[in-house]
Amino acid sequence: MAAKPKPAATREVQLRYLAHARSGDKGDTANVGLIALEPEYYPVLIKQVTRARVARHFRGMVSGVDRFELPNLNALNFLLHGALDGGGTISLKTDAQGKVYSTALLRMMVPVPTTLARRAMKKAP
Amino acid sequence: MTKTIRIAAGQGFWGDWLEAPVRQIEAGPIDFLMMDYLAEVTMSIMQKQRSRNPEAGYARDFIPLMERILPNVVKKGVRVITNAGGVNPEGCAEAVVEVARKAGLKGKVRVGLVSGDDILDRLDELMAGGHSLKDMDTGRPLSDVRDRVLSANAYLGMAPVVKALDRGANVVVTGRVTDTGLTLGPLVHSFGWARDDWDRIAAGTVAGHIIECGAQSSGGNLLKDWRSVTGLDDPGFPIVEAREDGTFEVYKHPNTGGVVSVASVTEQLVYEMGDPTNYITPDGIADFTTIQLRQAGRNRVAVRGITGGPRTDMLKVSIAYFYGYKAVGTLTYSWPDAYDKAKAADRILRARLKNLGLEFEQILTEYIGVDATHGRLAGPPSPDLAEVELRVGVRAREREPVDRFTREIAPLVLTGPPSVTGFAGGRPRVEEIVAYWPALIDRREIEPHVRVDVLEA
Repeated sequence: MAAKPKPAATREVQLRYLAHARSGDKGDTANVGLIALEPEYYPVLIKQVTRARVARHFRGMVSGVDRFELPNLNALNFLLHGALDGGGTISLKTDAQGKVYSTALLRMMVPVPTTLARRAMKKAP
Repeated sequence: MTKTIRIAAGQGFWGDWLEAPVRQIEAGPIDFLMMDYLAEVTMSIMQKQRSRNPEAGYARDFIPLMERILPNVVKKGVRVITNAGGVNPEGCAEAVVEVARKAGLKGKVRVGLVSGDDILDRLDELMAGGHSLKDMDTGRPLSDVRDRVLSANAYLGMAPVVKALDRGANVVVTGRVTDTGLTLGPLVHSFGWARDDWDRIAAGTVAGHIIECGAQSSGGNLLKDWRSVTGLDDPGFPIVEAREDGTFEVYKHPNTGGVVSVASVTEQLVYEMGDPTNYITPDGIADFTTIQLRQAGRNRVAVRGITGGPRTDMLKVSIAYFYGYKAVGTLTYSWPDAYDKAKAADRILRARLKNLGLEFEQILTEYIGVDATHGRLAGPPSPDLAEVELRVGVRAREREPVDRFTREIAPLVLTGPPSVTGFAGGRPRVEEIVAYWPALIDRREIEPHVRVDVLEA
């Protein structure tokens, strides 16, 4: 019986070691622009930071998620709908304008190849 | 030599760093100084001020700023473009004329005045004409809140700014011109770009987006390697140096702090972004997925490759209406058991509000130091927290319950859990909520009403 090809070893890394981010608002929607810290991390973001995973990460905090790709900037843009408790001046939240939703996304854990994880952690901010 | 145009950002919002425009004029050569004062609800604040005082309704601190910079603006031949006019651009422009006369600059200042964005007085006529002005987000018709509308302004593009510059204005004061139009205007004026040269229009729009939030593209609020950003006691605000072909560089004056890097520009590009292929402005549509950035030198980023598409037939309208009341109360609880004490206080407060029969649209409790910004994602707090701030917000359509809530915070100090402080500021303030209603309107209803006047100082 032929041996199955061994899957590349992976480990979980917090997104903050792979990307930086900035967020803003439009009404009750927060946007998070997620930018790869190194170009070589961008394919990992594309593959691992999916719309579904981001929706799961923010479950109970947002009503829906859209994702857009900006390969020219090594970036993804997420729209987090219903994230701001009404948004604008209506919201009672400290972060009514979604200014730090960006950092909340950077808490997410993503699986990456071990070698890449090691490099990313070495350059850790 | 290829002609280049330098447009410097002086303010990213109403309340931004007051020294920035002064530094932009003094620390190096520029051609235009662009200052963006208007955010979504700013117009309603200004409308409220104007309803109390007919001479108010614009960014008042723009006038003392002009007193400081106008002599240098004239001397150096810099031209100023700003939407500081708010809901009273006429009053703002006249105040600038007055500043010029007082400074002995008679005959040397021409103030361009752009108006016609204000449609508050035309709302009923427009609605009767079949424009529902429905909320772009919820689809509700404006008639739902018509009797509570406080301000209504269409977002104008660059065209009236270009016209004012073409007519020789060296200070252009507008109402609700888009943030990006304030940068695109001087580019179209200087290079004579065709209004349907969609790629160049998109390039100028992206340039505007990069500098419209001031230092947010030159090292301020920069997350990547934030510790390495130095000199923020004197941040260099961004400057666009553009060429006729639509390519441009972003930089800042030498000997200023902050940083202009691919990272700093990228963070600003994704700020408040929706669908990146479809960045809609009154002047055209920019495709942000075509933007190419390159570090072209120290604190200098080259931008090229931008493409765009035709403008739409619609203009966005920013409407503000009275919504209700809110208040936020805070108390600080200290170690030991800081979080548990704060939670107990919240339970007691809520029970008292209920016992009083007060009804709110919402009561929101946050624990600052535990969950206020990241919610449950922050995980369980350390049991040893030094302190936790209890922050409770309430909102209601009526004033009375909110007012009573503000009297229920201080009593917790002597009638609730122990080790509490931080109430010296007195009871919380009841705030009126002015909410935002975004809508669309056919541009043909607006553009014939747009006026450009030039006032001679």
